[in-house]
Amino acid sequence: MSEREIMEYDVVIVGCGPAGLAAAIRLRQTAAESGQEISVCLLEKGAEPGAHSLAGAVLEPRALDELLPQWREDETCPIKTAVTTDRFCFLTEKKSYRLPTPPSMHNEGNYIVSLGRTVRWLAEQAEGIGVDIFPGFAAAEVLYNEQGAVVGVATGDMGIAKDGTQTGNYQQGVELRAKYTIFSEGCRGSLSAEVMKKFNLRTDDAPQTYGIGIKELWETEHANPGEVLHTIGWPLRNDTYGGSFLYHLEAGKIALGFVVGLDYKNPYLSPYMEFQRFKHHPAIAPLLAGGRRICYGARALNEGGWQGIPQLAFPGGVLTGCAAGFLNVAKIKGVHTAMKSGMSAAEHIAAALKAGNEAATLNDYEKDLRTSWVGDELRKVRNIRPMFRHGLWAGLSHAAIDTYLLRGKAPWTFGHHNDHSQLKKASECQAIEYPKPDGELSFSRLENLAYSGVNHEANQPAHLKLRDNSVAVNVNLQDYAGPEARYCPAGVYEFVKEENSDQHALVINAQNCVHCKTCDIKDPTQNIHWTTPEGGGGPNYDSM
Amino acid sequence: MSALIIVEHDNQTVRENIRAVVTCARQVADSVTALVIGDNCRAVADATAAIAGIDKVKLVQHAALAHGISENCAPIIAAESAGMTHVLMAAGAQAREWLPRAAALADMQMITDVIAVNAPDTFVRPLYAGNALATVQSSDSVKFMSIRPTAFAPIEGAGSASVEEISGGADSGQTTFIEARTSSSDHPELTTAKIVVSGGRGVGSAENFQLLETLANKLSAAVGASRAAVDAGYVPNDYQVGQTGKIVAPDLYIAIGISGAIQHIAGMKDSKCIVAINKDPDAPIFEIADYGLVADLFEALPQLQAALE
Amino acid sequence: MKILVTVKRVIDPYIKVRVRADQSAVETDGVKMAMNPFCENALEEALRWREAGIANEVVVLSVGNDSCVETLRTALAIGADRAIHVKAANTPQPLATAKIITAVAKREDPGVIWMGKQGIDGDYNQTGQMTAALLGWGQGLFLSSAKFADGVVTGESEVDSGIRVIQVKTPCVLTADLRLNEARYATLPNIMKAKKKPFETLTPEELSVDASDRLTTLIVNTPPPRAGGVRVADVAELVSKLREEAKVIA
Ligand SMILES: Cc1cc2nc3c(=O)[nH]c(=O)nc-3n(C[C@H](O)[C@H](O)[C@H](O)COP(=O)(O)OP(=O)(O)OC[C@H]3O[C@@H](n4cnc5c(N)ncnc54)[C@H](O)[C@@H]3O)c2cc1C
Ligand code: SF4
Repeated sequence: MSEREIMEYDVVIVGCGPAGLAAAIRLRQTAAESGQEISVCLLEKGAEPGAHSLAGAVLEPRALDELLPQWREDETCPIKTAVTTDRFCFLTEKKSYRLPTPPSMHNEGNYIVSLGRTVRWLAEQAEGIGVDIFPGFAAAEVLYNEQGAVVGVATGDMGIAKDGTQTGNYQQGVELRAKYTIFSEGCRGSLSAEVMKKFNLRTDDAPQTYGIGIKELWETEHANPGEVLHTIGWPLRNDTYGGSFLYHLEAGKIALGFVVGLDYKNPYLSPYMEFQRFKHHPAIAPLLAGGRRICYGARALNEGGWQGIPQLAFPGGVLTGCAAGFLNVAKIKGVHTAMKSGMSAAEHIAAALKAGNEAATLNDYEKDLRTSWVGDELRKVRNIRPMFRHGLWAGLSHAAIDTYLLRGKAPWTFGHHNDHSQLKKASECQAIEYPKPDGELSFSRLENLAYSGVNHEANQPAHLKLRDNSVAVNVNLQDYAGPEARYCPAGVYEFVKEENSDQHALVINAQNCVHCKTCDIKDPTQNIHWTTPEGGGGPNYDSM
Repeated sequence: MSALIIVEHDNQTVRENIRAVVTCARQVADSVTALVIGDNCRAVADATAAIAGIDKVKLVQHAALAHGISENCAPIIAAESAGMTHVLMAAGAQAREWLPRAAALADMQMITDVIAVNAPDTFVRPLYAGNALATVQSSDSVKFMSIRPTAFAPIEGAGSASVEEISGGADSGQTTFIEARTSSSDHPELTTAKIVVSGGRGVGSAENFQLLETLANKLSAAVGASRAAVDAGYVPNDYQVGQTGKIVAPDLYIAIGISGAIQHIAGMKDSKCIVAINKDPDAPIFEIADYGLVADLFEALPQLQAALE
Repeated sequence: MKILVTVKRVIDPYIKVRVRADQSAVETDGVKMAMNPFCENALEEALRWREAGIANEVVVLSVGNDSCVETLRTALAIGADRAIHVKAANTPQPLATAKIITAVAKREDPGVIWMGKQGIDGDYNQTGQMTAALLGWGQGLFLSSAKFADGVVTGESEVDSGIRVIQVKTPCVLTADLRLNEARYATLPNIMKAKKKPFETLTPEELSVDASDRLTTLIVNTPPPRAGGVRVADVAELVSKLREEAKVIA
């Protein structure tokens, strides 16, 4: 293999989400203010900024106010729909009961946005002040120096055929070398996982826990811009954490989605089908009636909160945003905290560069962030999510006590379990019959998938790797009834019967993958490993 | 309103689809002139004159017009379009060579792939590979349009138009026809084939695909596949029909052991006639098939083969 | 020889297009855009010709609104030497586009104009032919193979009955089909280099071209979904239906 080409930057940022962009912008701002020259580049595996971004989303503008205070005056800024009303409901199969909106879910001063569009706009701001953004390039490998410090990343090779040989289009990856590397890959980042392991960043913490969020964007006549609705209860059973969000945007659009905690136990559960069924609720269906779904997607989110945050700094790099786990589960908001963590990382890196420190461990970043409003906020709600492990009612009543009486100052902190170890054997569980999608409100998975714009170069090795091929059938299928065939929101995993035998085999339709990372999280034996495919592959979300 | 229709032929016979063009021309004009451009093609002009709905046939013969070289033919169409309100031709390889070039020479904006006529100046045409239909109104004095022959019922019956031979034709010297080859592979090319036999994961193996190949040979059809079959390694990548593969629209599409995922349907839904053979009666492919047969392909294919003997 | 390559910005081929709620057009707002796939093949071929020493400069041209700049930057990153953007409020219709390309070709004097066989958006399949007509040049369409020697291009294209082989003298307009080649990727270092490559912006007025529309779009609809047909009992019934009813087999 020939030497890879090398490009040098002061700072390389992996992932063009709110965290990475806020870091990039803050770096260039700080550089301009202090007269430093700081070169910054940002890699994004999606074909363009925002193509892989998916959130609800209600944006709390706190961090944005700090980063780009003039945003409200900018015509091109897509953050326009202020939240007007805010409802929180408990659903039974036929009825809906309004609950008091918990303080953490209050949304005065917040905005309903498309994360994708917000990201695109932030990317324009970043490019405008000299950040080099490279969409369509996945960071596939972390680079270390002899001392073991991180000194950048390498992009993946392009043009490798399914069988591993080089096609006529082969392009070797490029090394992006940097004094500091910011990992802002979002929830369950593949390189973030590697550095967490390499530097033991997670030793003292409870494991990260997750949920899967599945979302559709609808065009309907019943949109009432500014309205926010969250529901809990039906169709999930009391023992499964989750609920819905439904946000009314401008231009006759409604964003709605369903989150299911990945600590669910019944392998027959299908988060996708729960969502489809949810849309038929009498409180929801009328909002969508006569409308059409225009976009579909899914993404995992962190639910580990304060307890799930690993150590953030290591030689030559830092973790930011959801790659670290700064999502406020009680609020289901992580954009503001992601941005703030990126900004804080940027400030500490700029200072280190100014002082001539390269590849140092920026422990002060972590200290500062933990004592900033981000730390404050997450600490307050730290016990809410773990209690839901004991069921919806236990969770809700504890949430009420914790929030109203103790105001998050309880002297205890509950821990978490690994999500993948929560599944019960299929033999201990009941199969779930889901109603057939009706094609108007609810859709089959593959039909919906066509609205994610997903595509991958077909001729490449599958980016979803099994550590041991036999486990798929011998364990996953036999013991757990093949849960990946249900939790994957893109129908990537299919157990098919082999010709002329009763044997099954797992087919991995890697081209369908929308990069939600659920399989990497939930696979019971952690046999599935999500790696970065050829850059530019994945969903192409339009305004998710 | 007077229409000029351009006749597609091989200097010997007229392509049948001219009858659909006549139908369309009659919807926009009350007089229809057919133009035959070629070499040694008097027979074509005579045959055209015997088609119902045509008032007059003009014939231009010249050695330089023998192979449809656009640089030589298009100027004749442009010149003959003077005084006409419409110039029509069946969409296809010949129309794409001639019509845009002729329209540009006449300074007209052509309308491609018309599938319906709403008014003499207003037409419906597909965009984005048929995923949207646009109704467009033309402000040009001569409307150059290629029409989808499948969208208009062929005119029936005979006629007796006069044939007028006009002089014309010259070799621009820019382009030379070298040869026409039938495709090097055994099957016609997927995207241009009239019949496509396509297999999915239900086919089961690369060996079983042979059954489809044999059937395809019988029908002079191209062989296609769903992505599942490609991913399973039964056939190479370039067989794939679908959103991320080839978009096909043959007269007959035979889907064998294909479930009918929307991504596959996106690549073949514009086929004129769709046949589905699948042993799963609930396969979504049946929802769009004109003829559905619930059967095991290992039984059905040999029978089909035999029935075609 | 200089090669002029035209590149169009269209909705990414993997996106499911949708008609706007007001039925005025297909929605492009917020939708991922990309270089027209056939234009990628055209560009690739031009670059190969440059690498083979047939051409010494590859100039890319795009006509349309400001967002075309991005497509041109991509083309430069893939390997074109120089870019020209003719700025028009919206993408002009094929005749007007051909007039603009013609005007640019008269200034640039290329030996060949490589274009995509059609835009996957409007599916007109006209612009190349019209450009050739307006320039009075030869045309080689839908090429799945193209070889240059002694001022003449030998091209093959797929037609209904097989393959048609022609020879076109340069200067000429050639349009690319997907089979022509497999387009390469832009590399990171080249993306950086592309930022420094010459980039010119013009307007139709500066080129004295009237780019006004001749066609007015009255309405855009979503086609009705295909309806299912009938189940047949056996192969015999199927064959008879195909013969007698559908008339698709002999
Ligand atoms: C269903 C759902 C609803 C949500 N609702 C809200 C809400 O209402 N309000 C709110 O504030 N937050 C919400 N969130 C959370 C919010 O989306 C995240 O907190 C936020 O996006 C985190 O930002 P980030 O920059 O850390 O990561 P991300 O936004 O995930 O961005 C990471 C980026 O990095 C890229 N990337 C990853 N790995 C690589 C690699 N190796 N190479 C190159 N690129 C890479 C990804 O493609 C992605 O673009 C929601 C999340 C979900 C899933
Ligand atoms: S394969 Fe894994 S990462 Fe991809 S969509 Fe399915 S669950 Fe998500």
